[in-house]
Amino acid sequence: MEKQSDLLLDIQHLHTAYRLQGKFYDAADDINLTLKRDEILAIVGESGCGKSTIASSIIGLYDHKNTKVTGDILYNELNLVGLNESLFNKIRGDKIGMIFQDPLASLNPLMRVGDQVAETLYYHTDMDEKARHARVIELFNQVGMPRPEEMYEMYPHELSGGLRQRVVIAMAIACKPEVIIADEPTTALDVTIQAQILDLLEDIQRQSHSGIILITHDLGVVAETADEVAVMYAGQIVEKSDVKTIFENPLHPYTRSLLNSMPQSDDTDEDLHVIKGTVPSLKNMPRSGDRFAARIPWIPASAHEVEPRVHEVAPGHWVRCTCWKTFHFEDEDSTQKATAASGE
Amino acid sequence: MWKTILRRLLIMIPQLIILSLLVFLLAKMMPGDPFSGSINPNTDPKQIEALRRAAGLYDPWYVQYFRWVGNLFHGDLGTSYIQHVPVTSLIADRANNTFWLSLLTTILTYSIAIPLGITAGRHQDQWQDTGVQIFNYITLATPGFVFYILGLWLFGFTLGWFPISGSVSANASGFWGVLGSRLYHMIFPAILYALIATTGTVQYLRTGIVDNKVEDYVRTARSKGVPENVVFHKHILRNSLLPIAAFLGNTITGLLSGSMIIESVFSYPGMGKLFLDSISQRDYTTLTALILIFGILTLIGNLLSDIIMSIIDPRIRIQ
Repeated sequence: MEKQSDLLLDIQHLHTAYRLQGKFYDAADDINLTLKRDEILAIVGESGCGKSTIASSIIGLYDHKNTKVTGDILYNELNLVGLNESLFNKIRGDKIGMIFQDPLASLNPLMRVGDQVAETLYYHTDMDEKARHARVIELFNQVGMPRPEEMYEMYPHELSGGLRQRVVIAMAIACKPEVIIADEPTTALDVTIQAQILDLLEDIQRQSHSGIILITHDLGVVAETADEVAVMYAGQIVEKSDVKTIFENPLHPYTRSLLNSMPQSDDTDEDLHVIKGTVPSLKNMPRSGDRFAARIPWIPASAHEVEPRVHEVAPGHWVRCTCWKTFHFEDEDSTQKATAASGE
Repeated sequence: MWKTILRRLLIMIPQLIILSLLVFLLAKMMPGDPFSGSINPNTDPKQIEALRRAAGLYDPWYVQYFRWVGNLFHGDLGTSYIQHVPVTSLIADRANNTFWLSLLTTILTYSIAIPLGITAGRHQDQWQDTGVQIFNYITLATPGFVFYILGLWLFGFTLGWFPISGSVSANASGFWGVLGSRLYHMIFPAILYALIATTGTVQYLRTGIVDNKVEDYVRTARSKGVPENVVFHKHILRNSLLPIAAFLGNTITGLLSGSMIIESVFSYPGMGKLFLDSISQRDYTTLTALILIFGILTLIGNLLSDIIMSIIDPRIRIQ
């Protein structure tokens, strides 16, 4: 049992629905997640599975007219769902920082990058202009920007992709937030820069003891940085566990397919595995039964639960549906795999 | 930024040379010369020949061109053979009138268009937006001369609120009297003209706001906890004004060509009216000078756009 203060975010039965042609469709369906201090929680899944929906629900940035959010997102016992805008503005940027995917698009092209970072401080601290400037320089140093004084005066287009992302990170951590949400923070960057940015995020976390929600589709990133992992498919969490278990003992067919489709450096003679089909669109998403069933048609329907629920198969290891017990890849022998699974 | 402006000024030199060449050659290609038609038909053809030779009309075209350009540098645009006065003085009076009318129109255009564009963009697809769109369709679809004549008839002729012609009344006296009378003559054409001229600006601004509202950097600003009002004015609006600045040069050119119609309808003695009159009187010297001036003003308009753009958009500054 962890202390109450270690629990930063407690998401309970979160449903986020978008309006399409007059009807609401759940893009995030019954999400239950917790984020603790000093923890990196990775949310993994293909595009369109609802990862970013969770992020925008937490920080309250969605089109309020066409989005319906229900359930609870508790931040230190304050429910962020339905929180009024002026209160939310006090939390955004101060208690919860957000890092976005495309660092060029995330920065205002007409503002000096230093001023953009200082803007966060302007709304959340009572520092004067000089103090804000000094703090921005300090932040630029912290995120590893060379010649911070010079960088302050630069415009986004004058910086490289890696430096831009450092500015975005500086902006997110300016007020030492307890929760940092990083939505695909390395996707738009070169591989060499990716590693640097991930290291930076880990450094920041070690120093500030914040909790980080890392949204990504890159399992390599997950393996390298995450403590806890939630795997999402079609708006639902299908498997949740600590990072070691996910990689060593994945159970849900989707998690296993994902890992199986990861290119391995020691794979010499095999083709890359592909998960056939695509994530169903929001409108065509099956609302009952196992949502992944359509992509593993060789598994008999009787193997799936009628209304798949999340089961705790081991302490802290949650899996949706029971189909994992008999799951095998299409080209594998089914009886052999089934015995192996039941023997575990 | 000074480098950008300097570079832009240097680019203008070849532009000006090409412009002057085109204008000169076009004028040369027009039928007739100052001595055809305007001289007593009983004059001895030999004497006319002599006059032509004296005026240098038989010189090669490039000699004539350089003479013309040389005169331009002395501020000599030639003599109007119809009105028998130097074109320079003919234009100077009108230029003043057109300048003030255009300035007033520009100010009115932006003070009408910017609030309308903001309203439409901010309340996209709501009734405010629909209202602005209807206004836009009407001003875009109505030809200027129909709109002006209708306004002239209704407010000038029937209601008698505004003078229907001229630029100043004959019995105005004293500095303030003349100024007031000028403004009184100018304001009504300027309002009518501005209403028609708003369309482009409103549409660009509305589209800019609608596009920028969903940009990532706006989401970033919100994620920093910046209040919505500030997000709009500091982030969305500033980025949305870029196309308006780029459009400014165009607006100035548009005003000049549009001034022909409004000045003719209101018998306002400006350059636009002079231009149309010169065409109907075949006053080639004046016409050539006016085309050259309009061309130069267009170039200056574009220069102004570029300078303003380089001030507000750091991306196009040259390092």
